[in-house]
Amino acid sequence: MTSVTDHFAPPRLSLRLLAVWRRNFLVWRKLALPSIVGNLADPVIYMLGLGYGLGMLVPEVEGVSYIAFLAGGTLAYSTMNAATFEALYSGFSRMHTQKTWEAIMNAPVSLDDIVAAELLWAASKACLAGIAILAVIAAFGFAASPLALAAIPVIFLTGLCFAALGLIMTALAPSYDFFMYYFTLVITPMTLLSGVFFPQGQLPDAVRTVAECLPLSHAVALVRPLLLGELPPQAGLHLAVLAGIAVAAFWLALGLTRRRLLK
Amino acid sequence: MSPLEITGLVKRFGEGAEAREVVRGLDLSLAPGECFALLGPNGAGKTTTLRCALGLTAATAGSIRLCGLPVPERARDARARVGVVPQLDSLDPDFTCAENLLVFAGYFGLHEREVRPRIPELLAFAGLEGKENARIQSLSGGMKRRLTLARALVNRPELLILDEPTTGLDPQARHLIWERLRRLTAEGTTILLTTHFMDEAERLANRLAIMDAGRILAQGSPREVIAAHIEPQVVEIFGEWQGEGAAAWAAAHAHALCQRCEVSGETAFCYTTDAAPLLAHLAHQPGLRSLHRPANLEDVFLKLTGRDLRD
Repeated sequence: MTSVTDHFAPPRLSLRLLAVWRRNFLVWRKLALPSIVGNLADPVIYMLGLGYGLGMLVPEVEGVSYIAFLAGGTLAYSTMNAATFEALYSGFSRMHTQKTWEAIMNAPVSLDDIVAAELLWAASKACLAGIAILAVIAAFGFAASPLALAAIPVIFLTGLCFAALGLIMTALAPSYDFFMYYFTLVITPMTLLSGVFFPQGQLPDAVRTVAECLPLSHAVALVRPLLLGELPPQAGLHLAVLAGIAVAAFWLALGLTRRRLLK
Repeated sequence: MSPLEITGLVKRFGEGAEAREVVRGLDLSLAPGECFALLGPNGAGKTTTLRCALGLTAATAGSIRLCGLPVPERARDARARVGVVPQLDSLDPDFTCAENLLVFAGYFGLHEREVRPRIPELLAFAGLEGKENARIQSLSGGMKRRLTLARALVNRPELLILDEPTTGLDPQARHLIWERLRRLTAEGTTILLTTHFMDEAERLANRLAIMDAGRILAQGSPREVIAAHIEPQVVEIFGEWQGEGAAAWAAAHAHALCQRCEVSGETAFCYTTDAAPLLAHLAHQPGLRSLHRPANLEDVFLKLTGRDLRD
């Protein structure tokens, strides 16, 4: 009986998780257009507003126009937001409010499959939103190089990383209100410190050292050069950090969810 | 093969001084094709027993075989052959009725090709003909419960588990569910249901078990349980007696006129094998009113689990 009592045992997954992923996809498909527009509008408005408005005052950042600098950061942080929202609010609805997970667990699908499917789905949805933003960026001419396409797998990985972190919060949340703390104490500071809006070189040294370790910093470090048509320096390190966080956070999220639901 | 065999089940929550034993050594064995009711007040351990049986929570001790497979080791394979109607509504509000069935069938690895042709039949079984494209929000409570029943049948289960299937439903909806469950047993499906409605158990179950505080207190066919645990006739007495209530009457006379008397509030319940002397006595007590009836499962239930409120 260790498989159930030992909440932090390794995940045991099956292909049934695809049926759970598909369930979320089918719901999304019904509302795909408003969902994409919702994920798209906010970051694009910020990018164009700040990029052209503030960009008038800033001649160049790291050798490119401010809006070209901002494009990569926007793609990375909007992916983070999309994955986080899905794992938090939608995940919590399915786990707690709608009892969707409870219904699925009565079928031959394990909780491990469900949590893994939520992870993959949140990353998929973030990736779909990211592709839409990438298309807008390309339309404005800020992703001219074919290398920009390599940003797509990177944003999927970024989605996995933040979905996994979000699922930890979902596993711990008593109610929706709890997520406010995560946004104000984690997501918003991370957005401001990870080099999305300005280069991390502007930060005081001590802050910068910490900021460079944040997962969003690694995503920005990969996405920005790719949009500018350059190979990211230390790409292997950044990819490994994002993947490592995704795996570790998923493991923790799964353990906490098992503890919550399998009692 | 028994569809569900539970031996010595113990389930404890928490540890040390905080520990609560919710199931305390429960044995249960279903016969193929029967309808078995698990009766008990709130907090008796019914739902926990079901969760253990499905492998959704680890038993502290004991052994479970579901559809012949050991649980929790092979719970997933076993669940492929079981249908579950949970206590709380868990239908997918984003889908129509038909989509709810199709998507749920996907969790069993069933392809849309196989399931789609069966949807009209499944909906008709649930009394939801023509509701394929209806949204879940537009359904009444009874319709939702019936759709949940249809959903539990998508995999043609050998064993159907229902956790309080008619709680909160109006009489029409309850009768429809009962009729459908009878039809399923007639077709050979084994049914395990929990309920705290005695009439439901008495009507549906071939066998039942009354449980409280994690233990089974009585088990058998409804008739056997009544015969084994209680006198066959009941006279309920209430009203006024010598300026006081039925309780005062009971204190003075009950012991001489019936085998057992329970007083609850201002009503005396007299249990007896022969009610004639008691009824003759009551004929001379104009202030007292009475109701004479055969003993039923509820009397057994109240005798075994007490009259105190559980919540």
